[in-house]
Amino acid sequence: MTVNELQRIAGKLRLNIIKMVGVGQKGHLGGSCSLSEIVAVLYFHKMKHDPQNPKWEERDRFLLSKGHAALIQYAALAESGYFPMSEIEKVKCLGAMLQGHPEMKTTPGIEGNTGSLGQGLSMACGIAAGLRLDRKKSKVYCIIGDGEIAEGQIWEAAMAAAYYKLDNLIVFLDKNNLMATGPIPERYNTNPIVEKWEAFGWYVSVIDGHDIKEIINTLDQVEKIPDKPKIIIAHTVKGKGISFAENIAAFHNGELTKEQFEIACTELLKNN
Amino acid sequence: MRLQNPRQVYGETLLELGRANRNIVVLEADLGKSTMTVLFEQEFPERFFEMGIGEANMTSFAAGLSLTGKVAFTNSFAVFAAGRSFDQIRQGICIPGLNVKIVGSSAGLSDFGDGATHQSVEDIAIMRAIPNMTVLVPADGIETRKMVKKIIEYNGPVYLRINRHDLPDLFPEEQEFIIGKPYLIRDGKDVVVFANGIMVSKALQAAEKLEEEGISVKVVNVSSLKPLDEEAIKIFASGMKGLVTAEEHSLIGGLASAVTFILRGSGIPVIPIGIDDRFGQSAHNYEELLEEYGLTTENIIKSVKKLTLY
Repeated sequence: MTVNELQRIAGKLRLNIIKMVGVGQKGHLGGSCSLSEIVAVLYFHKMKHDPQNPKWEERDRFLLSKGHAALIQYAALAESGYFPMSEIEKVKCLGAMLQGHPEMKTTPGIEGNTGSLGQGLSMACGIAAGLRLDRKKSKVYCIIGDGEIAEGQIWEAAMAAAYYKLDNLIVFLDKNNLMATGPIPERYNTNPIVEKWEAFGWYVSVIDGHDIKEIINTLDQVEKIPDKPKIIIAHTVKGKGISFAENIAAFHNGELTKEQFEIACTELLKNN
Repeated sequence: MRLQNPRQVYGETLLELGRANRNIVVLEADLGKSTMTVLFEQEFPERFFEMGIGEANMTSFAAGLSLTGKVAFTNSFAVFAAGRSFDQIRQGICIPGLNVKIVGSSAGLSDFGDGATHQSVEDIAIMRAIPNMTVLVPADGIETRKMVKKIIEYNGPVYLRINRHDLPDLFPEEQEFIIGKPYLIRDGKDVVVFANGIMVSKALQAAEKLEEEGISVKVVNVSSLKPLDEEAIKIFASGMKGLVTAEEHSLIGGLASAVTFILRGSGIPVIPIGIDDRFGQSAHNYEELLEEYGLTTENIIKSVKKLTLY
């Protein structure tokens, strides 16, 4: 798929995020929109997967450790054809397939239950170790947040991944600089990020998380590095693509008025 | 009566089953020489994961391994296996019902010297409260071996609570262990004692002594706390003058809670023996500590006698 096509898909995923948030209901808009390009590249370019056969043994695995951004994953799964697009209209309804956080038992394509922050990376490590025991070539992709890395378990997992040389594990860190209640450096500083991951024994790359070409090139490059887990620190904008939500912490789990909903849809359609 | 150490039996059984089943993986938090997973490590280093002193990561890592089709056993002292990792067990393992076995070793007061921080008085209550969780407490080495075999056949999360000390054999070798089933260990017609873990052997001793005084005591080993066959408990209690529950655990949320909830409304008099909403503490030996908390044969005898007066 070309860079332009992937860019269009990223825009479409954002539009579906907005549709899922809807009007007058809370939804994790900010941290979902910051991931649109990364998730578009993974699902529509990089990962081996089969929406018709979600449990295909040779598939790559994707785990959204920052599970509150489930909307971006739901948008990608629906767009890929894991389930009908009509499911996204029912997100978070009582009895719905699509729960507030990723739920593997109800949703085809979800690999594990994430959302209690800090745990998804450990799970991704376990999957990577299990695949290696089975001599599988599959890769494990995992996305963590820059707020999430305040969780101590992230660093337990970081040590384990390096000790076990999990080179089939590629992690994106969504560095949008905002936690739920405000700017990370002011509220609770998780920096410096690059130095920490290097010290923990990881191969570290730093990219613009909205630059499709850079995401692709970096993924192609890091997968060749042996014996080390990889982390791609992706500089992103929380709420990316929606003018009034960009870099605004309130839209971490925000609610849209009817007017805001229409502005967001118009902007996303125009730029796509 | 033969004594066996449940930790040793656990380690040997895991190794033996690991030879036949290549999907078994074992995770450890730097206590392998105590939990006896060291036996598995020596023979299958590639399927053994030392996770350092990091129980949270160990537990979620095990969830990941199970997602690739492995039967994952996490190991630590019970107080950490169940307490430190509660959220990891709840969120990543029990909500989706993953095939991870949480093994809490040196459980209850059995790590007598280390004191309150290392003694688990509430692990069963915590684990029982989680939907989808199975909670098992073996009474001896024989039952430990049977349980380990059974939980490997069962696809889902299990909490297995292992005592640190030698326990006398009492579970019949020829008896199959079935998850959820309470076992009649000794029949009697006056009072029933529902017990588990180390308290089953103490209940048996009490029953023998009481027989000499003409009191007939039924002893039931409730080694499955969850699920638990409610009908069987009702049948065992029916026609009895009273019942005693005996457990090496807080009276809140363990055996007493489970049994009396099932028998609510039956009117049968109950004396619960357990730890009365206190933490543990250090002692120079296990028996001395059990005595301090009333977890003794004598206390069971006294309680049964009280019930026969009704």
